[in-house]
Amino acid sequence: GPGRADAGRERRDALREELLLSPLPTGDVAATFQFRTRWDADLQRGAVSHYRLFPKALGRLVAALGVRELHLALTQGFWRTRYWGQPPLQAPAGAELWVWFQPTVTDVDKAWKELSNILSGIFCASLNFIDSTNTVTPTASFKPLGLANGTDHHLLRYAVLPREVVCTENLTPWKKLLPCGSKAGLAVLLKAERLFHSSYHSQAVHIRPICRDASCLAVSWELRQTLTVVFDFFSSGQGKKDWSLFKMFSRTLTDTCPLASQSKVYVDISPKNKENELLEVSPPPTSVHEAIVQGDKKTYAVYDLLSPSLFNTSRSLNVQLKWKRPQDSSEMPIPTLHAQRYVGGYGLQTGEICTLIYNTHPYRAFPVILLETVPWYLRLYVHTLTIITKGKENKPSYIHYQPAQDRRRPHLLEMLIQLPANSVTKITIQFERALLKWTEYPPDPNHGFYVGSSVLSALVPSVTAMKDMDVEQSPLFTSLFPSSDGSSYFVRLYTEPLLVNLPTPDFSMPYNVICLTCTVVAVCYGSFYNLLTRTFHVEEPSRGGLAKRLANVIRKFRGVPPL
Amino acid sequence: LLPALTPSHPQGINVYVGKHRSALVRAGGSLAGLQARLREVAQVMSFTASSIAAALSDRVPDAQLSPDARRNLKSSLGYEITFSLLNPDPKSHTVDWDIEGAVNRYVKPVLDKLSLVANFSVDSQILYYAVLGVTPRYDKESSSFILSAHSLPHVINPVEARLGSSAASLYPVLNFLLYVPERSHSPLYIQDKDGAPVSTNAFHSPRWGGIMVYNVEAPAAPQASLPLHVDVDMARVMEVFLAQLRLLFGLSREEVPPEFLLESPGNEGLADWELDHLLWAHTVENIATVSTTLTSLAQLLDKIGNIVIKDDVASEVYQAVASVQSAVTQLSLGHLHAAFQASKEAVTSSERAFFDPSLLHLLYFPDDQ
Repeated sequence: GPGRADAGRERRDALREELLLSPLPTGDVAATFQFRTRWDADLQRGAVSHYRLFPKALGRLVAALGVRELHLALTQGFWRTRYWGQPPLQAPAGAELWVWFQPTVTDVDKAWKELSNILSGIFCASLNFIDSTNTVTPTASFKPLGLANGTDHHLLRYAVLPREVVCTENLTPWKKLLPCGSKAGLAVLLKAERLFHSSYHSQAVHIRPICRDASCLAVSWELRQTLTVVFDFFSSGQGKKDWSLFKMFSRTLTDTCPLASQSKVYVDISPKNKENELLEVSPPPTSVHEAIVQGDKKTYAVYDLLSPSLFNTSRSLNVQLKWKRPQDSSEMPIPTLHAQRYVGGYGLQTGEICTLIYNTHPYRAFPVILLETVPWYLRLYVHTLTIITKGKENKPSYIHYQPAQDRRRPHLLEMLIQLPANSVTKITIQFERALLKWTEYPPDPNHGFYVGSSVLSALVPSVTAMKDMDVEQSPLFTSLFPSSDGSSYFVRLYTEPLLVNLPTPDFSMPYNVICLTCTVVAVCYGSFYNLLTRTFHVEEPSRGGLAKRLANVIRKFRGVPPL
Repeated sequence: LLPALTPSHPQGINVYVGKHRSALVRAGGSLAGLQARLREVAQVMSFTASSIAAALSDRVPDAQLSPDARRNLKSSLGYEITFSLLNPDPKSHTVDWDIEGAVNRYVKPVLDKLSLVANFSVDSQILYYAVLGVTPRYDKESSSFILSAHSLPHVINPVEARLGSSAASLYPVLNFLLYVPERSHSPLYIQDKDGAPVSTNAFHSPRWGGIMVYNVEAPAAPQASLPLHVDVDMARVMEVFLAQLRLLFGLSREEVPPEFLLESPGNEGLADWELDHLLWAHTVENIATVSTTLTSLAQLLDKIGNIVIKDDVASEVYQAVASVQSAVTQLSLGHLHAAFQASKEAVTSSERAFFDPSLLHLLYFPDDQ
């Protein structure tokens, strides 16, 4: 196999690629890819930069616009937390963009607009629809994930476009940013025709500054590209619970990316109950890794693509998962924190947004921050906000509310709510639907208007103590399942987006009016004119002209009676 | 002028053009011959009829232009230069180039001298698995692969998709690519129209940039471990790229008469008189662009009565006209730098006036309301 000939050279950038395959309780399988490029350089404004593994397009963007952190996610589908468990990295349906700017940026709104337009060009997504009517500045959620020197929340912007659709033309520029492209390494599995034939597809780009080493005297930049896809048991698996790389992606792994310093495949083989394993993987893994993830002890089979023994027997690696015994549906674990949101009420004038948050932990209570962004055309009445837990009213310890301005700014509601153990919390708020101007309706107005997902951020206490994981050793686990101390882990959940009907005018009325008016005018006026001006004359029969006499002569010759 | 019998200059060379703004002409023979020689000097160091037409190429009908007229880069407020290293086979070759050092040592002096003309920014990247769009032909006699001259235009398009667009800035981009061929296609040579291999193994495309092919010698031992480590010789590469940069800007003259000897400009890359010529050409081109823009705006206003000209747009137009007039007077007086500055301001004002979004605000407003 290829040797590591550049081992002696000092490189300032490194690429790690990892793939995590986790079978879900319902028989589906989730695959999470993470490509992490770390660059020991400081992207300053105006300095000449020489790029190797870090893509030039993103590097120049960060340097030119003074971006400190950038998180962009494009998602199709919804992660069903109730059935699939806690997600590794969740993103709301549609497009989500949140950015922290450097303190040196003077006009944050101008930089935000330029950034969304440039990203829209790079990723072929309609991010240019992000403007002041769907951008908010959260105060408590979305704290910076990288290094931060003080957090003035006026440097943060968050926007979500729930109507955005993800397709192949968004995947292609995402793949182009990888150093090896889709020609070698784990990225060969990313073929669009299988990836979009799935229940959930989410691709994301995260850029943030991190400490270069433990003493944190210098800054490095980290670019993480993640892609999560859930293959459906019925449509992709054809009803059988045996999964393999070939069945999921219609490709197998043949070689590694020569630029990657680490290339691993993890398969979740944790036993659901303590006795025996549920899952068998073949070919045999190079090692087994155990970790405490989201409060549960999990075991992973690891395939290290860079170890020479892996490709000895066959040229390609096709990881196969087989279920040893049939699974009971009663074994589905319930996640500690999950939420639901829906619209209540009837008619086209008023309505109510209800959010239900479930805390299924048996004895621990913990707080959760709820962020809701509601467009201006649903006029919220904050005095009708009620939060009820176990039959009693629950007062939030922190509320930040920014009312909407018509056609300029959406509603922003942020609350810190304490969830008691083993409880359901119901949050309701009433709204009134606005009547829009006739030019403001989208092309299909009867489809409805989308309200973006609300965001729940919480530090969930875990049952088992977790130890700190080193970022460099296992970057996948520290980024997918972050935990700051051993007793709780950070979770960010998104609820469903809502589809709300606004009172819509009948757009066929101008045509109807024109038709009716024309018909009425034609019929009425025509008959009236006729009635008024029609006169009757008596007409003498004429002798006939020359043509008639000639015709009669010819007819006499033919023997036909004359005219 | 020197008398004919000075032995210090080599035979056959009658004119020596220095790197600042002077030339030494050997006088010999008749006054008419001297006059012809002086005219040639003026044409080389200054302008000819065809270079005037090329600078005014916007306003001159196509029939009067020579085929080389639109080759030089259009005048712009700034340029971005990108050096890219293409490595289609990272399994066989690990290529390293000290681009930062090379840029500081070789490219920066040239760009510093050109900083009067425009703002330059330089960056570089390495692209892996980027292939040329053309499969080279194998040539048995030289046991090497050949890219013939007529397949060169097809090389650029597939590569350009990987180069990335310069999303963060509005200046035109000059791409200089260094291609290290795959092990199975080594060595690779470029052939010109006559079938002879090009000595520098490079070609350039006007108004786009240049490509150079860097061949890696096969290792002495056939069992050498892959990947091979390659350290690019930046001096050789930068020589070629800087020569291509001069060609792209139109600094190098192709038709220098054989009796002329041009002094090499050294580290700075271009002589003072070449820089003057470039400034002059850009000034004339800017003036032509401004007059085209303002004429189009006036014609548009005649045709469509609904366009509203606000006060700030009007002041931009007045400023553009004033700047153009001052540029023309400065040119006639010979103050090249002042003329160039004035022409740049004129272009900025005229573009701001023409592309102002407020012109279209009332465009579709019905006439009767």
